[in-house]
Amino acid sequence: MTAGETKHPGLNLGSTDAQAHEAAGSALFGFWAFLMSDAVIFALLFATYGVMLPATAGGPTPASEYKIGPTFLETLVLLTSSLTYGLASIAMKHGAAQASIQTWLGLTLALGLLFLGLELHDFAGMIAHGATPMRSGFLSAFFALVPLHGLHVLAGSLWIVVMMAQLRIIGLDARVKINLLRLGLFWHFLDIIWIAIFSTVYLPGLIP
Amino acid sequence: MSAPLLPALLGRFRWDALPFVRAWENPNANELIAAGAGALVVAGALFMVVLITRLGRWRWLWTEWLTSLDHKKIGIMYIVIALVMLARALIEANLMRLQQAVAIGNPGLVAPEHFAELFSTHGSIMIFFMAMPFLTGLINYLVPLQIGARDVAYPLLNAIGLWLTAAGAGLMMAPLVIGRFSTGGWSGYPPFTEIGFNPGVGPDYWIWAITLGSIASTLAGINIAVTIYKMRCPGMTLMRMPLFAWTSLCTAILMIFAMPPLTVATALLALDRYLDFHFFTNALGGNMMHYANLFWMFGHPEVYIVILPAFGIYSEVVSTFSSKELYGYNSLVIATMAIAVLSFTVWLHHFFTMGQSPSLNAVFGIATMAIGVPTGVKIYNWIWTMFRGEVRFTTPMCYALAFMMTFVLGGLTGIILAFPPLDYIVHNTLFLVAHFHNMLISGTLYGLLAAYTFWFPKAFGFRLDERWGKISCACWVIGFYLAFMPLYVLGAAGMARRTPAVMETAYRPWLYAAEVGALVLFCGFVALLVQLWVSLRNRAATRVFAGDPWDGRALEWSIAAPPPEYNFARLPQVDQRHWFFDAKRKGAPYAPPARYEDIQMPKNSAVAPIIGIASTAAGFALVWHMWWLAILGVLAVVATVITRSFARDTHRLIPASAVERMERTWLDAVARARPIPREMETTPANAGLAEVHP
Ligand code: HEM
Ligand SMILES: [Cu+2]
Repeated sequence: MTAGETKHPGLNLGSTDAQAHEAAGSALFGFWAFLMSDAVIFALLFATYGVMLPATAGGPTPASEYKIGPTFLETLVLLTSSLTYGLASIAMKHGAAQASIQTWLGLTLALGLLFLGLELHDFAGMIAHGATPMRSGFLSAFFALVPLHGLHVLAGSLWIVVMMAQLRIIGLDARVKINLLRLGLFWHFLDIIWIAIFSTVYLPGLIP
Repeated sequence: MSAPLLPALLGRFRWDALPFVRAWENPNANELIAAGAGALVVAGALFMVVLITRLGRWRWLWTEWLTSLDHKKIGIMYIVIALVMLARALIEANLMRLQQAVAIGNPGLVAPEHFAELFSTHGSIMIFFMAMPFLTGLINYLVPLQIGARDVAYPLLNAIGLWLTAAGAGLMMAPLVIGRFSTGGWSGYPPFTEIGFNPGVGPDYWIWAITLGSIASTLAGINIAVTIYKMRCPGMTLMRMPLFAWTSLCTAILMIFAMPPLTVATALLALDRYLDFHFFTNALGGNMMHYANLFWMFGHPEVYIVILPAFGIYSEVVSTFSSKELYGYNSLVIATMAIAVLSFTVWLHHFFTMGQSPSLNAVFGIATMAIGVPTGVKIYNWIWTMFRGEVRFTTPMCYALAFMMTFVLGGLTGIILAFPPLDYIVHNTLFLVAHFHNMLISGTLYGLLAAYTFWFPKAFGFRLDERWGKISCACWVIGFYLAFMPLYVLGAAGMARRTPAVMETAYRPWLYAAEVGALVLFCGFVALLVQLWVSLRNRAATRVFAGDPWDGRALEWSIAAPPPEYNFARLPQVDQRHWFFDAKRKGAPYAPPARYEDIQMPKNSAVAPIIGIASTAAGFALVWHMWWLAILGVLAVVATVITRSFARDTHRLIPASAVERMERTWLDAVARARPIPREMETTPANAGLAEVHP
């Protein structure tokens, strides 16, 4: 097989780093399989949310708790972080200077953390006026689904930190490249999940 | 009631969490049985520690086994876990049968909660810590050999899966010594497992043991699927794979998609219990039906996760011991795939009685019956494979034949249960218990034992004793019919499952028969141990180093027994389904490569044991509310993973000269071995070289 052949869905390293490209074939394939099973987890939590939506038990309802402004801002921040991650991947593919990869990664990290901060602020607001997960089945389902996405973003941020350290200490060897590709898949996956959250949790909740 | 001891450090531990203390304070039969079981676990663990120390084998254990990333050793360790857990679950099954046999019109030996713990551990262990590790171990061992690979796709992930399984198994053993187990059955239905009904440690043990097992199986599924998709040797197209590799692939896909629902179910139950969420509670909008849905979205595909590999095993066994090509390979592959897909469409048949609309029940009932079709296809395939073949009644073949009879019977009662009006009558009775044991014992356990007997010579280099193998097989078969056919009668007569005591004296003869059957089944296990012992003693006479004792077809028979660490000195290059079988007929199956090369293999790693121990500690701490230890355990796992990601020196080379030396020794043995005709394959003359019949 020639290195130019596409071996995996994702950013193609064939023409610039044949060795990493070769290994990425099975490394990325397995990560896709992992993402599929992670997607099943989210799918079931979405279904759970759908089942529990009417179970407000006389407590807070979606309309009383969700706010369009902050969630829209969170959406913008997270989507932008996907863009900056994409730029980091392109910089890596084309052998750009380490500094530029680090910058894009750092920017992605900052946006990720900003997203988490905004989200935590939202949750704190909800909890402050009694919309806690202990209050009703609906809120339990909300607080299982949305913060799980947040936990994923936290894990992704930690992963970015680790990759930045590896770039500095080890440099761009084949394994670092493959892990950057995997991290990219993970980060974009979180984006997709968020879009689903925004459009099936927040938006319908706001339309009375 | 004693007070909590040092709550900051030991959480909710109290002295009466120890069964020994409870038995001391209240020495009745129930507590003494519990204390006896606890003592057995402690004594067993101590015995192992002393034995290993006396033999001076700790270092050997650590470097050769516990830290090994060799897929073959990982496979064997999985199976060791499964056999230990099988022993425990069988003892519990016997205790339950004994209880029901004596508790006719009186309370019997064990208290109702204790009985509930028994069926909960028995079921959970048999499914998650017997069947799953056993089949994962077999797949691990066999699939890379069958597809001509030197290793799996992710050796370290593989070891982590093993250690998470071991951690889960550890959490299943712990409540025998500290605390109690869940009373909610293997399915852990709320409200039995909710904090309101059972605030004790039992359901928490169940939750964390199952969660660890479920994560481990997800990882195993990913690893197996990627191995099969990406690591096949040149020429090994999917449709040239042996059928066991196919069923392994379908099993792996099922694991990837079906384990997450279980993880979600147990995680949400944990949120209910630990953080006062309201998913499945009675109050504040909780919905316990939702748990049933989540659980069985896993539970039904799980049935096929444990049965499909056995279908693959029977395919190999029947074809080998009939000396015929598998009849209808393509239809078997299609049937396997069809079963895998359909298995996601029938979960609701586990709760027909819960009050949804009749038309919904009808849809799921029909879907359930539809699965019978591809399964029936397979039975015909195996029968046609035997037709006009040279059938030899070796032990694995006996299991396969017993399976074909028994499984069809269980399938018929399955069709009865798939019919909602009939299911309403026998739901939650012993009829169901009889049905699923009918499927699981013949469909899973017989298959696993057949595989154990069939491939044992490959893994250890000597054959197992035939006579004891047959005795064991006879016990498993006769015991099964004695133990479970009466349950069909009892179930149809209305005896509910999970009943600790029986008031209807008319049940007595059937319960006695079932009790005798359980004893015979236990004898089957003892016969397995005797077989192992006898075979070990005679191993000098039964060696099959040449590697092909049964005139095998697939690639695993084309190498030495036991195989070298690197499996294949040169990756095979196949051009058809039965490449090795055909090469034997054409003359040069063992041609050495022109030139030996260095082979790269993964180095041992302590990462997996560390993760296993840390997650056992975290799970145990969560059960007992020792928050400091839980946090420490989780942090240790994260830190280990991060540290490992910096490691670069993770491989070592086996030099070409060493490969050549090992291959030469083996090829010399092959050249010296006398080809053995089929009639003599179970005699000491068999040194692992089958005579070739054209
Ligand atoms: C081989 C001898 C076996 C015997 C004598 C045996 C006996 C029993 C008994 C007495 C029960 C309780 C029935 C009741 O609820 O009244 C039970 C339940 C169960 N058994 Fe077995 N069993 C055996 C093997 C197996 C195997 C091989 C599996 C699975 C691979 C298995 C899986 C289960 C499950 C899932 C339950 C249900 C537990 C629950 O109610 O939550 N058993 N068994
Ligand atoms: Cu089912």
